[in-house]
Amino acid sequence: MLRFTVRRLVHGALQLLVIATAAYLLLYLAAGNVARTILGPDATAATVAAKNHELGLDTPLLSRFFTWLGHAVTGNFGASWLTSQPVTTAILSRLEVTLTLVLGAVVVSALVSAVLGVWAALRGGWVDRLVQVVSVLGFAIPGFLVAVFLVRALALGTHWFKPTGYVPLTTSLSGWVQTVTLPIIALSLATIAGVSQQIRGSVTDALRQDWVRTLRSRGLPEGRVVFKHVLRNAGGPALSVLALSFVGLLGGAVIVEEVFGIPGLGQVSVSATSQGDIPMVMGLVVAVGTIVIVVNLAIDILHGFLNPKARLS
Amino acid sequence: MSEAVSEAPVLDVSSELRAVHSHLARRMLRNPFGLLALVILAIIVLGALLAPLLTSYNPGAASVTNVLLPPGHGHLLGTDGAGRDVWARLLYGARYTLAGALLATVVAAIIGISAGLVAGYYGKWFESTSSWITNVLMALPGIVVLLAARAVLGPSLWIIMVIFGILLAPAFYRLVVAAVSGVRHELFVDAARVSGVSDARIIARHILTVVRAPIIIQAAIVAGIAIAIQAGLDFLGLGDPTIPTWGNMLNDGFTNLYRDPQLVLWPALAIALTCIAFTLFANALRDELERSARPARRRRAAATAAARTAAAEPVQPGSGTVVHEEPDSPGSATLLRVEGLAVGYPQPDGSITRVVDDVSLDIRRGEVHGLIGESGSGKTQTAWSVLRLLPPGGEILAGSVLLDGENLAEASNAAMRDIRGVRIAYIPQEPMSNLDPSFTVGSQLTEPMRVKLGLSKSQAKTKALELLGRVHIPDPARTFASYPHELSGGMAQRVLIAGAVSCDPSLIIADEPTTALDVTVQAEILDLLRELREELGVAVLIVTHNFGVVADLCDRVSVMQSGRIVETGPARSIFADPRHPYTRSLFGAILEEDHARGPYAVAAA
Amino acid sequence: MSEPLLIVNDLVVEYPAKGVGRHAFQALKGVSVDIRPGETVGLVGESGSGKSTLGRAILGLAPVTSGSITFSGRDIGSLPRRERRALSSEIQVVFQDPYSSLNPSLTIEQTLTEPLLVQRISKEDAGARVRNLLDQVKLPRDALGRLPREFSGGQRQRIAIARALALSPTLVVCDEPVSALDLSTQARVLDLFKEIQETTGVAYLFISHDLTVVRHLSHRVAVMYHGEIVERGEGEQVTARPTHPYTKRLLLASPVPDPVRQERRRSERRALLDASEEPDAQVA
Repeated sequence: MLRFTVRRLVHGALQLLVIATAAYLLLYLAAGNVARTILGPDATAATVAAKNHELGLDTPLLSRFFTWLGHAVTGNFGASWLTSQPVTTAILSRLEVTLTLVLGAVVVSALVSAVLGVWAALRGGWVDRLVQVVSVLGFAIPGFLVAVFLVRALALGTHWFKPTGYVPLTTSLSGWVQTVTLPIIALSLATIAGVSQQIRGSVTDALRQDWVRTLRSRGLPEGRVVFKHVLRNAGGPALSVLALSFVGLLGGAVIVEEVFGIPGLGQVSVSATSQGDIPMVMGLVVAVGTIVIVVNLAIDILHGFLNPKARLS
Repeated sequence: MSEAVSEAPVLDVSSELRAVHSHLARRMLRNPFGLLALVILAIIVLGALLAPLLTSYNPGAASVTNVLLPPGHGHLLGTDGAGRDVWARLLYGARYTLAGALLATVVAAIIGISAGLVAGYYGKWFESTSSWITNVLMALPGIVVLLAARAVLGPSLWIIMVIFGILLAPAFYRLVVAAVSGVRHELFVDAARVSGVSDARIIARHILTVVRAPIIIQAAIVAGIAIAIQAGLDFLGLGDPTIPTWGNMLNDGFTNLYRDPQLVLWPALAIALTCIAFTLFANALRDELERSARPARRRRAAATAAARTAAAEPVQPGSGTVVHEEPDSPGSATLLRVEGLAVGYPQPDGSITRVVDDVSLDIRRGEVHGLIGESGSGKTQTAWSVLRLLPPGGEILAGSVLLDGENLAEASNAAMRDIRGVRIAYIPQEPMSNLDPSFTVGSQLTEPMRVKLGLSKSQAKTKALELLGRVHIPDPARTFASYPHELSGGMAQRVLIAGAVSCDPSLIIADEPTTALDVTVQAEILDLLRELREELGVAVLIVTHNFGVVADLCDRVSVMQSGRIVETGPARSIFADPRHPYTRSLFGAILEEDHARGPYAVAAA
Repeated sequence: MSEPLLIVNDLVVEYPAKGVGRHAFQALKGVSVDIRPGETVGLVGESGSGKSTLGRAILGLAPVTSGSITFSGRDIGSLPRRERRALSSEIQVVFQDPYSSLNPSLTIEQTLTEPLLVQRISKEDAGARVRNLLDQVKLPRDALGRLPREFSGGQRQRIAIARALALSPTLVVCDEPVSALDLSTQARVLDLFKEIQETTGVAYLFISHDLTVVRHLSHRVAVMYHGEIVERGEGEQVTARPTHPYTKRLLLASPVPDPVRQERRRSERRALLDASEEPDAQVA
């Protein structure tokens, strides 16, 4: 188990390195004359050159990259070109907000999907049909549409939820609930659609396995056969889908934060990108990449724990 | 006649197989959801194409005076925040939105499918590299990458969609690699290679045909995602403001949400409808695929189908059950008596397919009773019915199964659970697939003992180790701690036998317990069964198709054909003097032990 | 005495080690066998004996590490793919599993004409040949337009045999062709094999785990165990009066379909196992 974890960690670090390198090189190669973009078409050549020097952009690309890498490993991602605020501070302050939304959505999705999927597989009937309808709708309707609809219908119409803003948990529980509920619902819908269908599928598959009949032939109660044995075997594929969905959730968070006016990483991504703030974008790429790798690692470990054969890969 | 039965073409007249004959495309049209999806998509595409005919407005024509007009007054759906006609923007927006999605999908498909085909077929380093790249590509949320790209490349719809296509390529890649790797090792691919078919042709003909439909399903899903992401980017205001797209309309509508709340409705509906159509299409195609080909169920389907035709055949002449009299009066009491058992599977059209019909046999205490027949004879179904463990859809239609007087055919589920494992045990055919892969051998042995016999953890462990020794497993402790995938077939079967006898049953039902094993291992397992019978006095109902196994182990035999028992009696008697025509044809088919091939002579041909 | 059609000499097939610190796996450890024109050589063994690997190596489906395979005087052991494809008109195969050896999405006609079309035979000629083949394996002509799923196991094997015969090969490798079939079907398909050999003079390498099946069809027999041939000789003699302990064990382990004789065989087997020094460590 330990060797498995270490191997995955090393893989993850390597992936992060590749992503960061590719992102850095691509961004700067495509960026053109940065100082000119910031200062505008009217600035003189001298001012532009001075700005380029100030931002350290007159040194070769590769050496810049290694400098950046060296700083990045210590947690220093430079300063934003727009606000001059240190990138690290900007990201960390917003990290908690986005993580709340995304992890909240993961937990909600996992729980709801598990219940729906298992119920649909075991009982069929109307729950099964409900799961299928939810799947179609959840897949089909983009999360942000749901968000828009929720804002329009619920927040404007009623006063149960706040349409915009974010109240940290530490400040006020009710405020927190009021501000995160709708965003989490909007985020979760698509994930629930996919994961519940997957769970339904893997539970149905597991139920068809030969060893289920053999376990029943030993006289074990049905509850034990299903909840101890079948679910454990069906968990693996479901976890894989959850891992994949997580990446989608992060993406969805970007838009949902815009819709609900939540000051998270998503919001800052939009502003940084629309204005070409490369240090900020790099910081975001690394931050998001790290989150994904950590969560994937956690899910892989859970997977290996559930399914001994997976530890071999 | 029996010849005709086992060789008869499986002409199944049920609607299921009939549907299989017609082309997949035609079936899609018959599927209600598939049809609905195609109609919706057709309407949207037509709307996009015929835009100039359906509206005279220019979608980009802004007008300061006509801002946010309600529907009517020459504007079918009103105007937006810049005074542009909503209906026109919807129609022309469809063009850009759909074209963008198509671009992304095509890029993703081309990259993903070609990489997948090569990686799946040739494997090795190409596959590992591609898989690694795929993992990296999937590690970042698409939006983040697109935002980064947007940052430096500007708001062009086409560039963004191409990049998105690259990001989505893994979806196709993984699908194709899995499908190709699955098929690469199939025997028909080997046969094609031996027939001299080139690699390119094998890929094109044999592999693509298998993977065709899943690719279409994936394309539909990817197209839906592309539309959603594109709309999302536009909605964030990061799209190209000079072209009409549904996302831009959403952005405008959201900005003006308080002043004109219904403006968001139209683009939202358009996006939702298109995405729903794609999803429905994908689901319908997937359902049709699943219905037409169930490779894992092939064998069972063929077997039951054979039974169906066989059961439909006219009854053999003189085919009442032939009973051999026992020379000595039966010394032991009857343990299990099956009378008039009928088992069937209700079909969707209301008919019932009978796989077991009017079967009667009895098993005495401590005897080994063989149930022999070919595939489709119903022997396994009979065995499963005794345990009431028929596959989903199977029912006992008539008859009784009396265990010490109690009728198992009508017992409650709770009563059956008490009986299983403790009074009647089961040894399955395929050892490797009959052990739960996620739990150790030890826990699977001890769990029933703890639940059914109330043993403590350590008591159960001691007994399990003792049982493993009794079935001649060389290192019981090590096997106890192993997972099923670490065992060989023969060892796994011994573990299953140990489990079967663990709660001291009076009857063991063994379903072809040696068919999946090597001959030398088979002999050892038969020895083991004989040993256990002598030691424990347990009765065994052994299902098999092998007369040698019957000759080795069985006291009495019942021969099954097409769901019926055609002959029954003491083994020696039946071997010495088979009377029923079917039994005789079976014996006739056994290769003569003495017959060998003549000497080799240079062939004249 | 005729020149052997196929000579396998000291063949070694080794699969590379997977991962660090694992050994390479030797499926064949130096196997030699020969087949004369029109002869059936039976190859008997259990799982892991390498019998299928030998068949696959001859077909070009397994890598040859060392040793030679000579066919009609020509070394075919390490032929590049294109030249190997040219051999398809001479060496063919019938596999064990009738359910996966036919592409489920192709009609019988498509499957049977494929080898012919690859050899650039015209469509009309191919069509005629295919109809001919169906007659030879005793299947109705209307089978052509149907899919494999509509046929029983025995019928599918006949189709596989027809495919193998399409190019009139001189050697067919039969890899457990009747093991997955019912008893009555088995007998009929074996008879078909014999008939085809007598009519066309094709040679067989007949691989099976069943001594009785092999005996029925083979002129000579070789017994394999753990990648080596442990006994070889005239079919009649090897399968009835073997000399090697493993072959004896194999023979005595197959149950005889007669209770009286089986009891005798059982005691012979007991005697053999008790007498042998090796602990029955093959507790598999």
